[in-house]
Amino acid sequence: MIRVLYFASLRERLGLGDETLQANPGTVAGLRAALAARGDAWQEVFAGAQRVLVAVNQEMAGEDHALKDGDEVGFFPPVTGG
Amino acid sequence: MDIEIRVQDTPLDALAETAPVFAGNPAVGGVVSFVGLMRDMNQGDRVSAMTLEHYPGMTEKALAAIVDEAAGRWQLEAVRLVHRVGNIRPQDPIVLVAVASAHRGEAFRACEFIIDFLKTRAPFWKREQTADGQSRWVEARDSDDESAKAWADAKRP
Repeated sequence: MIRVLYFASLRERLGLGDETLQANPGTVAGLRAALAARGDAWQEVFAGAQRVLVAVNQEMAGEDHALKDGDEVGFFPPVTGG
Repeated sequence: MDIEIRVQDTPLDALAETAPVFAGNPAVGGVVSFVGLMRDMNQGDRVSAMTLEHYPGMTEKALAAIVDEAAGRWQLEAVRLVHRVGNIRPQDPIVLVAVASAHRGEAFRACEFIIDFLKTRAPFWKREQTADGQSRWVEARDSDDESAKAWADAKRP
């Protein structure tokens, strides 16, 4: 099981703040592809040109990051704090 | 080294948060603080209010990592970092970074380093409301990425 969280403008575009996936897609890249395959807004967000940042277990992660059962993945736009 | 990091949805009193950073520590020779405030204009539009979202759990970790990195690069006596979340109005302080050290060089550089990295690595997102009632997400700036990158490239200590 992988818990996935969506923040800020991504959450608004997808219409979803969080979900739990039963299957482990293997890597962050695999997860992205699985989400994009849902089509519509999911495809626009995850296979589109805009930058989408990823954190695994609350630390920034790259596309090759391997996912383990129980991991938490957060997807979000470039940050704008400060 | 004294580190205090806080994310809060209550008003931030920048002056009250700065004083404890140097109180009672005779090793401190200099204190530098940065206060980020909400303006009433952004990208040519009048802004009436802002909401700051964050990633609870990751926010605190990210801020702690940034402060740790600063403490590793410079000799510091104390760092206090307080960041607002929730509803903000123009002129409200959004963030305070206060750094105390033996000498001013470290304090100036560490303070700037921390705010530059916070702007590109800490999971906060601003949603602003313009005066005509529209609501929009604030876009990240290329200049912030460049500032953060410049620290990696910089040769000066």
